[in-house]
Amino acid sequence: MRFQLTEDQRALRTGVRELLTARFGRERLRAAMADAPALDRDLWRELGDAGFFALRLPEAAGGVGLGLPEAVLAFEEAGRVLLPGPLIATQLAAGTVPGAATGETVVTDVDTGGTVEWLAAADVVRGDAEGAVSVRSVDPLTPLHRVPVQDSGAAVDVPLKSLLTAAEQLGTGARVVELAVEHARTREQFGRPIGAFQAVQQLCAGMLVRVEVARAVVYAAAVTGDPADIAAARLLADEAAVHGARDCLQVHGGMGFTWESDVHLYLKRAWVRARRPGSVTECEELLAAGLLAEAG
Amino acid sequence: MDLTDTPQEAEFRARLREWLAKALPSLPDRPSPDDWPGRRAYDLGWQRTLYDAGYGEVHWGAEPAVRMIFLEETEKAGAPYVGANFVGLLHAGPTIAAEGTEEQKARWLPPVLRGEEVWCQGFSEPDAGSDLAALRTRARRDGDDYVVSGSKIWTSHAEVADWCELLVRTDPDAPKHRGITWLAMPMDAPGITVRPLRTLAGSNEFAEVFLDEVRVPVANRVGAENDGWRVTMVTLSFERGTAFVGEVVACRRVLGELALAARENGRWDDPVLRRRLGRLNAEFRALWRLTQWNVSDSVPGVGGSVFKLRYSHARQELYEAAAEVLGDPAALDLEQPWVLDRLSSLSYTIAAGTSQIQHNIVAERVLGLPKGR
Ligand SMILES: Cc1cc2nc3c(=O)[nH]c(=O)nc-3n(C[C@H](O)[C@H](O)[C@H](O)COP(=O)(O)OP(=O)(O)OC[C@H]3O[C@@H](n4cnc5c(N)ncnc54)[C@H](O)[C@@H]3O)c2cc1C
Repeated sequence: MRFQLTEDQRALRTGVRELLTARFGRERLRAAMADAPALDRDLWRELGDAGFFALRLPEAAGGVGLGLPEAVLAFEEAGRVLLPGPLIATQLAAGTVPGAATGETVVTDVDTGGTVEWLAAADVVRGDAEGAVSVRSVDPLTPLHRVPVQDSGAAVDVPLKSLLTAAEQLGTGARVVELAVEHARTREQFGRPIGAFQAVQQLCAGMLVRVEVARAVVYAAAVTGDPADIAAARLLADEAAVHGARDCLQVHGGMGFTWESDVHLYLKRAWVRARRPGSVTECEELLAAGLLAEAG
Repeated sequence: MDLTDTPQEAEFRARLREWLAKALPSLPDRPSPDDWPGRRAYDLGWQRTLYDAGYGEVHWGAEPAVRMIFLEETEKAGAPYVGANFVGLLHAGPTIAAEGTEEQKARWLPPVLRGEEVWCQGFSEPDAGSDLAALRTRARRDGDDYVVSGSKIWTSHAEVADWCELLVRTDPDAPKHRGITWLAMPMDAPGITVRPLRTLAGSNEFAEVFLDEVRVPVANRVGAENDGWRVTMVTLSFERGTAFVGEVVACRRVLGELALAARENGRWDDPVLRRRLGRLNAEFRALWRLTQWNVSDSVPGVGGSVFKLRYSHARQELYEAAAEVLGDPAALDLEQPWVLDRLSSLSYTIAAGTSQIQHNIVAERVLGLPKGR
């Protein structure tokens, strides 16, 4: 057993982080808010060129030929910077929908209906979006439509999507700890950095614990592909991101309540992701049933 | 990221399983929790059995991954845990192995490994708990001896211990971390009084230890005089390492038993309870993966506090859920399974560094926040 990133996985993570920092920094993030509901197609193609969508496609099919653990690392990085767009649907469509792998074609999935992300911007919509109504999305970086709820048979790759969602949540959770800690180190009140106050320290430490525990099970789920591991990963990563973003907001004080600060963007995206298929109830029920099955 | 055994690990696991299947049926019956001499004999006997089979040194000699397999498989097979050997195998022993002289290692380590001597840990004092470095038990040099006076508290297994790893103050004028020394004190030395303390679970797990002019040879000092704090940090890093592997395995088993019991008594039909058990499944799966992650990490330490914080909380939640499964009046009946466990789980957020202190450690040492107050 050697349950740590390999050299190659570390290099991949660094590569994706550098790419995203260079091409999707804070200015691009704020610009993307102005563009939405349109998607930055240049950026999308750049991601395609870098192999983001073709990551798991076999080399024989023109892909990068990597596995689920590598995909999870890439989506974690996407979650760190709040990369917008139907990233998961497009990656999963690579090899099936022409142009998805290269970033030419943007793909979104209806799955079981309810909420659909990026419906208007997508070139290809998998599933039945008949009767879609635009929603005033809480997240300025994720346009949403309401679609009649459909039979679960219509959903594509739900566990896989749930795992990649968990990876994005993990990235967001990890990033908001950093934002909180940076702020706590520099903001001074009562003549010292607020990070010297134990109440603030405990918030930050609690955030880190949630992230690190989630990380272990998200990575493990990527290795095993086991549905119970994936459900556990999703539950803990949702919690790390949503609870973490709220605590980060608290650490920022009044600044955290502004549009100008990025903190709300992390929270809102975490909320959107937390409502994707593979919800809390489903995961908890699956894990409960698993207990009976395992205990015999 | 690889979660499978290497060929050597797989071989170790297979051999261990085979041996456990043969060794466990001939084990004597477990003594009652109140029978201290019986418990001592039982725990030492098990360590001797392990030693004879070549597993005596697994807690500190082996690779972390191998140690983890050992703890996982022994727990799954229902074998005893270290019990009264906890300090010898997981605290004092590793400290002596890391910091002791050759003579000290030769004197103290083999009896621990062979299941002949029990150690206890005399760190905490009435006025030095979370602030351990504030300890005041005095040791004054007199010829070849230290003369020790003061008192220790919460000393687990003190009643049956042969040795105590003792922290004493040798320089009262130095800054508090710099005047501490680590001594191995024989528990039969004149001047030691052990007064058992009853825990909230009704058992005598720990004791107060009063020291009145106890003579401890200078040769029993591990590390330099006044360097005991650093020596202690070595011990504490072991405490937060792999020590909980078996317990996580056990918690996962208990969780399965809770699910079965809930199905049996009908409470499984309550979706709130069912989902609560489902969430605990997520929790303990994650803790298991975190253990594997930490064990695979070449630099131990940082993961320990994160793990301890979450695990101690999860263990308490597990037994809270057990009370829900039991319902009334079973949840309040000490004869029922899990009710005593619910009580003892309360110590987990206190012993070996409280959760508040662990949060401070994470904030300051992992996140690099300014030193708090
Ligand atoms: C079952 C059990 C077995 C034990 N076995 C041993 C043993 O074998 N040997 C041994 O030496 N010790 C042992 N201990 C002692 C244990 O290490 C101490 O109880 C622990 O370190 C806490 O110290 P305290 O009890 O003095 O509590 P205190 O330090 O008085 O703490 C009381 C409360 O104040 C909080 N607090 C204190 N300081 C801070 C701070 N700086 N910031 C925020 N909150 C703070 C604590 O978190 C806690 O909630 C054992 C304890 C238990 C429960």
